[in-house]
Amino acid sequence: MDLAILSALNAERAARRAAVLVTELAGGAQRLVRQGEIAADPLAALIEAQLRTGKSGSVEAGGASYFLTVQAPHPRIVVTGAVHISQAMAPMAQALDLDLVVIDPRTAFATPERFPGVTLLAEWPEEALPRLGLDGYTAFVALTHDPKIDDPGLAAALRSDCFYIGALGSRKTHGKRLERLAAAGFDAGATGRIHAPIGLDIGAVSPAEIALAILAEIVSSLRGPRRKPA
Amino acid sequence: MISTETDILRAAEEWAASGRGVAIATVVETWGSAPRPVGSHLVIDGEGNFLGSVSGGCVEGAVVAEAADVIADGRPRTLEFGVADEAAWKVGLSCGGRIKVYVEPVRAEAAR
Repeated sequence: MDLAILSALNAERAARRAAVLVTELAGGAQRLVRQGEIAADPLAALIEAQLRTGKSGSVEAGGASYFLTVQAPHPRIVVTGAVHISQAMAPMAQALDLDLVVIDPRTAFATPERFPGVTLLAEWPEEALPRLGLDGYTAFVALTHDPKIDDPGLAAALRSDCFYIGALGSRKTHGKRLERLAAAGFDAGATGRIHAPIGLDIGAVSPAEIALAILAEIVSSLRGPRRKPA
Repeated sequence: MISTETDILRAAEEWAASGRGVAIATVVETWGSAPRPVGSHLVIDGEGNFLGSVSGGCVEGAVVAEAADVIADGRPRTLEFGVADEAAWKVGLSCGGRIKVYVEPVRAEAAR
C-alpha cells in the first residue's frame, strides 16, 4: 500500500466519511474509492453492496479477486446531560470502542474532573450539534430531564439520520415530551424513532445499570439482533 | 487502549512516515469459526514490533515472521492458516477455523 493511500484512508476516517479501499489480490494493485467516487468506479455495484454491509470482504469480478476494505465512520454517542448516568457510561463506551461526546450548558455539571477523557462541551445543543454534524453513525441520547436542553437535541436528532435516538424519563415524562415535539411539528412517525423509556428492559436501577441498558440498546441498534428466537 | 482498527491504521501511517519499514496484514477470508473477523488488521514494523491482531494470538508469530520478508522484498503475499493446512500442527487455529491473510508492504514513495 502506498503511504499516500494509507494517509488518504485515515483522513477520510477522521472526517467521518465512508471510503472503500480496493485491492487486487493477485497483483496488489490498489485504489481508494471515496464516497462520492463510487458511482464512477468500474466495481461500483460491488462496492455499493459491500459498503451497505458495513464490513470488509472479498469479491470476484472479471476473473480477478479483489478485497474491499470498507471504512465506515466510527460509531459515536452524543449525549445531552453531564449527569451521573453519562459519567457511568464513559468508561463503558470506551471499552466498547464507541466515541462519547457529552453536551451540557450547565458548567457546574460539565466539568473535566467529572468526565476525564471524554469530549465535553459546556454549550447548548443548538450551538454544539450543528458543528458536530449528527450522521447515520451517531447515536443521540437525551439524559438531562430538562426540556430546555433535551428538546433541542432531540429535534436535531429527529432531523438527522442518527441510527439511534433515546430519551430518559418515565412514560408520563415522555408523553409530555411527545406533546411538545408534536407542537414543534414532528409527527408520530418521526417521534416513534425515540427509544423511551430508554434502554433494554433489564430492570436497571443504579446509574451504571441504566448506562449499561442504554449502551446495550445502542449496540443492538448498531449491529442488529443475530440469534433467532427459540 | 490501542485495539481499534482506527488506531492501528493510524499507527501504520505514523510508523511509515517516520521512515520505519512497515507491513499491514489483513484478514481477507475466514471459514468456520475464526477468532477475528474479515478486515481485521495487524501492523508490523521491520523490527518485529506489532499492533492489532488477525487471529487473537494463534498465528501472529508466523504472520510477523512473514511480514519481515514482505518488508524486505516489497512484494505482497497471501497466507493461509487453519486445520486443513499442514502448518496447522505448528501454527494453527485452536478453534478449528481457517483464515486467509493478505500481507502487504507500506511504500513511503509510490513505486510506479
